[in-house]
Amino acid sequence: MHSTHIPKARAYWSRAAIVPGIVAIGPMLPGTLAFGMAFGALCAQKHFSLLEVELMMATVYGGLSQFVAVQSWPDHLTPSSIATLALLTATVNIRFMLMSATLRPWFGTLPAWQAYPSMLLVTDGGWLAAMRYRDRGGADAAFYVGGGIVLYFVWLLSSIPGFLLAEQLTDPKKYGVDLVMPAFYAAMLVPAWKGPRRAIPWVVSGAVALLVHHLLPGWWFIIAGALSGAISAGLMDEPAVEASA
Amino acid sequence: MNDFLRSDVMVAFAVMTAVTVASRLGGYWLMGYVNVTPRVRRMLDALPGSIIVAAALPVAVNGGPVVMFAILAAMAVTIIRRNDFIAVITGMAVAALARAAGFGG
Repeated sequence: MHSTHIPKARAYWSRAAIVPGIVAIGPMLPGTLAFGMAFGALCAQKHFSLLEVELMMATVYGGLSQFVAVQSWPDHLTPSSIATLALLTATVNIRFMLMSATLRPWFGTLPAWQAYPSMLLVTDGGWLAAMRYRDRGGADAAFYVGGGIVLYFVWLLSSIPGFLLAEQLTDPKKYGVDLVMPAFYAAMLVPAWKGPRRAIPWVVSGAVALLVHHLLPGWWFIIAGALSGAISAGLMDEPAVEASA
Repeated sequence: MNDFLRSDVMVAFAVMTAVTVASRLGGYWLMGYVNVTPRVRRMLDALPGSIIVAAALPVAVNGGPVVMFAILAAMAVTIIRRNDFIAVITGMAVAALARAAGFGG
């Protein structure tokens, strides 16, 4: 996430990175399971069929957006209520756009038929693990895709027990499930710390996100904060010589 | 009881999927048209940390003391032991225990 001046290796595929890629997303698995179970329970309460739940897990494949959409699911779907659901999904998931943009310098040397399907696997956890791997100089695309496929199937299966045990799981907060992503994100910030200068965009991002969260309903705060942070980094002058480089 | 697959629900899923797929592919696609100058490179480098902060900070600040304390505990564990797994479990456990002990939020 920091090594601006080190040219990174071109992307390639090898079997050697599949297992390390799966190990890297390991910390996400309990949380993903818990989140999926909570989602399955919510869907059961909202009278979705299990087949419908699985279909949504497989196609939309964005946990937070699914949660938000099902929580505000209307009793009767109309064109305008479907448009509202689409907008809601967009505001939650537009962060995937930023994430796949950051994967371009790595995957950009691969043929399009390999790179674009890989982007369908972008999730918070898979992307974070991939960014850290890349930051340490990794270039093996199988690291990201291997972990991403495992996360996908764990996610698909996770809602089934939740759906079937809906009564016991009515309050996911009781088990701290709402802490999974914030805790993982917070844990990722610690190794990303490269001194105060690198953290200036984080401060900008955090301040703008808090402000937008306060002013606007919904999830625009993520995109507004992240873009502000990136733009502030672009506006900062390149340090002439990195003291620690 | 419900039908297994209601057609209006399928339409809603399809629209939600289209929006999400467009987000996942769109950022990558757009970057193909961006000339990666040193300035753009600095922006891309700052993006991951900025996304992390923007996504987590408002949740932490508005989640109340239990959520804030749980996130701080997860960070403290990461500083001591560089292990994401223990960090996430710590965050969940701290929140679950605090709530079980009667703290709200």
